[in-house]
Amino acid sequence: MLTDVAVVTLGVLAVAAGAAVFVVDSMARATFALLASFLAAAGMLLALDLVYVAVVTALMMTIEMVVMAVFMIMFMMNPAGLMPMTMVHNVRGSVVVGAGVFAVLTTGIWTIDWPERDGRRPADATRQLGETIMGGHMLVMLVVGIALFATIISGTVLATHRGRYDRFGPELDGERPDDPVPGGLPR
Amino acid sequence: MTDSVTSSAAAWGVLPAVVVVALVAVALGALFVVVDRVAVTGVRGALGAPVVEAGRLLVQQRRVTPAPDRLLWRLASAAVLVLAMLSMAVVPVAGRTLWSTTADLVWFNAMEALMWAAVWLLGWGPNAVHSLVGGYRFLAQGLAYELPLMFALITAGLGAGTLRTTGVVAAQRELWFVVTMPAAFVVFLASAAAFAFWGPFSAPAGDDIAGGVVSELSGVERLLVEAGRAVFLGVSAAMAVALFLGGGAGPWLPDWSWQLLKTVLVMLVLVAAGRRVPTLRPDRYVEVGWMVLVPVTLVQALVVALLVLSGWYA
Repeated sequence: MLTDVAVVTLGVLAVAAGAAVFVVDSMARATFALLASFLAAAGMLLALDLVYVAVVTALMMTIEMVVMAVFMIMFMMNPAGLMPMTMVHNVRGSVVVGAGVFAVLTTGIWTIDWPERDGRRPADATRQLGETIMGGHMLVMLVVGIALFATIISGTVLATHRGRYDRFGPELDGERPDDPVPGGLPR
Repeated sequence: MTDSVTSSAAAWGVLPAVVVVALVAVALGALFVVVDRVAVTGVRGALGAPVVEAGRLLVQQRRVTPAPDRLLWRLASAAVLVLAMLSMAVVPVAGRTLWSTTADLVWFNAMEALMWAAVWLLGWGPNAVHSLVGGYRFLAQGLAYELPLMFALITAGLGAGTLRTTGVVAAQRELWFVVTMPAAFVVFLASAAAFAFWGPFSAPAGDDIAGGVVSELSGVERLLVEAGRAVFLGVSAAMAVALFLGGGAGPWLPDWSWQLLKTVLVMLVLVAAGRRVPTLRPDRYVEVGWMVLVPVTLVQALVVALLVLSGWYA
């Protein structure tokens, strides 16, 4: 009963905060409204006793939103962000897409044949979750992890406009790299 | 474990447990302030000065800036202290944590991540340039220590085979984790100082930007933020004791006194080291973080993983 109330309340809160993203007129407020929505979703997971998933959701989404706030405000045409802005573009199209996705998801959630729990709850659900995800697939997970990491590095390398010739000179014989930010290590 | 009830909320009832843990959190914060004052100004006035300052802030008239984002600013000022208190929920008090789950360490880390959001908002709220620069400095600095901190926390969980704080304490009955995880211990304490932008990591509130994130704070809000920083440092010292120094384990004295003794000792070490190192520039520290701390903490995790495989902690 208490769980039901908590889930419903937090669910309404999550939707309301999500809607607020498109109502407020500053980038900072939009970002943190979205964070509030994610935290409400994490709270729902917590109410369902999925502690690890809940806490990890809160952790990841917070870091993500903070990084997003920084980059969004940095790259905005109006970096002040406090001046009126809006997250809404192409209103008619987005309403159609939003309503469509909502309909599909709701239909799916209510019509799917969810499995019943067989067996008892484990004492340590976090450990069981880890073993289920990682157990038989450790090699796959490791390969995926390295592939993702390689993607991040390649993305950074492609995005940076300074190469080794800028840093060490045309003959690559500079003793110290010529960087705009000196850095903290003696090189 | 001999004591099966690991949650104080389950053992003492929710309300008494919450009150006790909140009071302990405030006491730890006060203790840190006193230790810090003693290190900086000596014993004279170490007790009185913080009380006088708190009283002054309570009655101080609030300063306002043109066109602030009031909602987010107020929210952030309260959040720093609230988050510091919430991270206390997974720190053992008298052998039990307020909230004992299978993901305590992740909870602690999540509260720290929310601190990022709170401090950046603190800088954003007043619509003032120095304040905003401070907020961005805090984030830039965070990019340097967040990963090493995560590896440090994971290392403790790895050695114990559980993410439950009381489980981590129980796993150190034979040998304190600091012996096999010295790098994780140091990184954990340094990151705690960085999250409270204190000592060498105080650049977000630096004098060169007129106080940065706290520059426009006044009155009760300033008191809340300063209290939050102190409580977070106190809580982190207690957490360091639980994760790396065997919690309340020790001969003769009862558990709680050993825990308190070790916590004060950690605070002394933190203050003695932190007050000697000059403020680090975030742009320099980022390079140290990624070139030195990330590899060091990764090697630390690898060593512990190998020790786990060899049955060292069993």
